[in-house]
Amino acid sequence: MKPFTYERASDVASAIQAVSQTPGARYLAGGTNLLDLMKLEIETPTHLVDVSRLPLATIEASAEGGVRLGAMTRNSQVAAHPDIRARYPALVQAIVSGGSGQLRNKATTAGNLMQRTRCSFFYDTAKPCNKRQPGSGCSALGSLSRANAIFGASEACVATHPSDMAVALVALDAQIETLRPDGTSRSLAVADLHRLPGTSPETESELAADELITSVNLPPPAPGGQLYRKVRARASYVGGLASVAVAGGRLVLGAVALKPWRAETAEAALASGASRTEAAMAELAQAQDPDQNAGKIALVRRLLGAVLDETNTGRGA
Amino acid sequence: MKTTMTVNGQVRSLDLDTRTTLLDALREHLDLKGSKKGCDQGQCGACTVLVNGTRINACLSLAVMHDGDEILTIEGLADGENLHPLQQAFLTEDAFQCGYCTPGQICSAVGMLQEVAAGLPSQETESLTGPISLTDAEIRERLSGNICRCSAYPQILAAVRRVAGATQ
Ligand SMILES: Cc1cc2nc3c(=O)[nH]c(=O)nc-3n(C[C@H](O)[C@H](O)[C@H](O)COP(=O)(O)OP(=O)(O)OC[C@H]3O[C@@H](n4cnc5c(N)ncnc54)[C@H](O)[C@@H]3O)c2cc1C
Ligand code: SF4
Ligand code: FES
Ligand code: FES
Repeated sequence: MKPFTYERASDVASAIQAVSQTPGARYLAGGTNLLDLMKLEIETPTHLVDVSRLPLATIEASAEGGVRLGAMTRNSQVAAHPDIRARYPALVQAIVSGGSGQLRNKATTAGNLMQRTRCSFFYDTAKPCNKRQPGSGCSALGSLSRANAIFGASEACVATHPSDMAVALVALDAQIETLRPDGTSRSLAVADLHRLPGTSPETESELAADELITSVNLPPPAPGGQLYRKVRARASYVGGLASVAVAGGRLVLGAVALKPWRAETAEAALASGASRTEAAMAELAQAQDPDQNAGKIALVRRLLGAVLDETNTGRGA
Repeated sequence: MKTTMTVNGQVRSLDLDTRTTLLDALREHLDLKGSKKGCDQGQCGACTVLVNGTRINACLSLAVMHDGDEILTIEGLADGENLHPLQQAFLTEDAFQCGYCTPGQICSAVGMLQEVAAGLPSQETESLTGPISLTDAEIRERLSGNICRCSAYPQILAAVRRVAGATQ
């Protein structure tokens, strides 16, 4: 690890000033992703501003009848909350499918959203990777890997976003709220938070480096079934090969793109009367590199179909 | 950087390089070698300790993040000569071979049973709104963050079952 200085932020405003005014400074929440990457010197901040103890860890009813999750709520805290369990089951299912009990006790809502890809070449510092070292090339491109993206990938990067929670949050139409150094705040849909790789995969989100996520706001759940289902190489404690979140008719796929992937083609097909199978086929017909990704495409198609069946979304058969 | 933690009931003050993980602070600076370093990446659970009563991976946390916290490690679980019920259950059920994962397994199980009591669901929980029935599948899932290279899983399950009681 490269040397760095550390401070525990005393209040929100001074945390933002510290990150904005100190070159190389970063927010530190649970640390379960940032510290992992710092050990490998993939991340090399010179100053850490620990925001995990800021008073941003409450779960409250919102004025619109939804729920406001403070950015520093822990993943397990959110999953245990009675309102979340009763009204947002897809969010609970997504959270408890990720990592382990120990990790979920440490991981925060904001940190989970901002975690970086788990592409094995991104982690392997001996290999070229445009995300880690812009312009060096992409080691995963053209590889036969079930980890690769099948939607929204580019020649520069074919990685996927690993957050389970984010997939459910997009299906639930959640918004993040941020605060900037000039004191202004803004609201952004979780669906619009992450960027597709394009030609600059090193830029991963729409947030400025010193922009602090303060909360994630869930609107009242839309009518209709909710479900999060994840397929992976073993039963627990491993990232997904693919996942699907359904909530109120919104369909979102996980581990298939560098952001949670809204299955708009399937949604439109269902709306125009197509069957579930037809809708799933229509979505996957747009998947990239169908030869190379054949196995993953078939997996996602079946998974989407099964989740639509189970939530009774759209027309059967 | 100066950091003060209460470790197993004793106040300990350290002056640490900010890069020191909580795990290294415990093992290398406080000579508490019970917590183990299996992977140093959050992937094995051998480093599991309880911080303010909650189980975490000590390898993925900086010691300086824990100024003012209460840390409980395997060394602090017993009450004098009386083993913690989970320690005794691991002996009774022979729930280890090499023993490397055991401190983490036991600390993890202590935290896990509290999480169940507090109503935290897992992916094996049948109803997200009803009471949690601590089935074998629940115990396995909730302890999946602790890998046992010797694969003593059936005995670990039996030991935890012994303390948790029969399935409710
Ligand atoms: C072994 C292992 C298995 C895992 N498996 C899964 C899995 O199956 N599914 C899954 O979804 N995840 C998985 N994870 C990832 C885990 O969920 C993340 O590491 C965790 O959610 C990150 O949260 P954190 O609070 O620890 O973030 P940190 O590591 O503290 O921060 C992550 C990033 O977020 C930024 N950040 C933090 N707070 C804010 C804020 N308020 N505003 C703006 N930026 C902020 C930080 O600067 C940093 O860049 C796994 C991790 C490990 C180690
Ligand atoms: S897919 Fe993206 S993260 Fe993986 S090696 Fe290529 S550029 Fe790097
Ligand atoms: S040493 Fe911490 S999880 Fe493996
Ligand atoms: S007893 Fe050897 S690793 Fe578990």
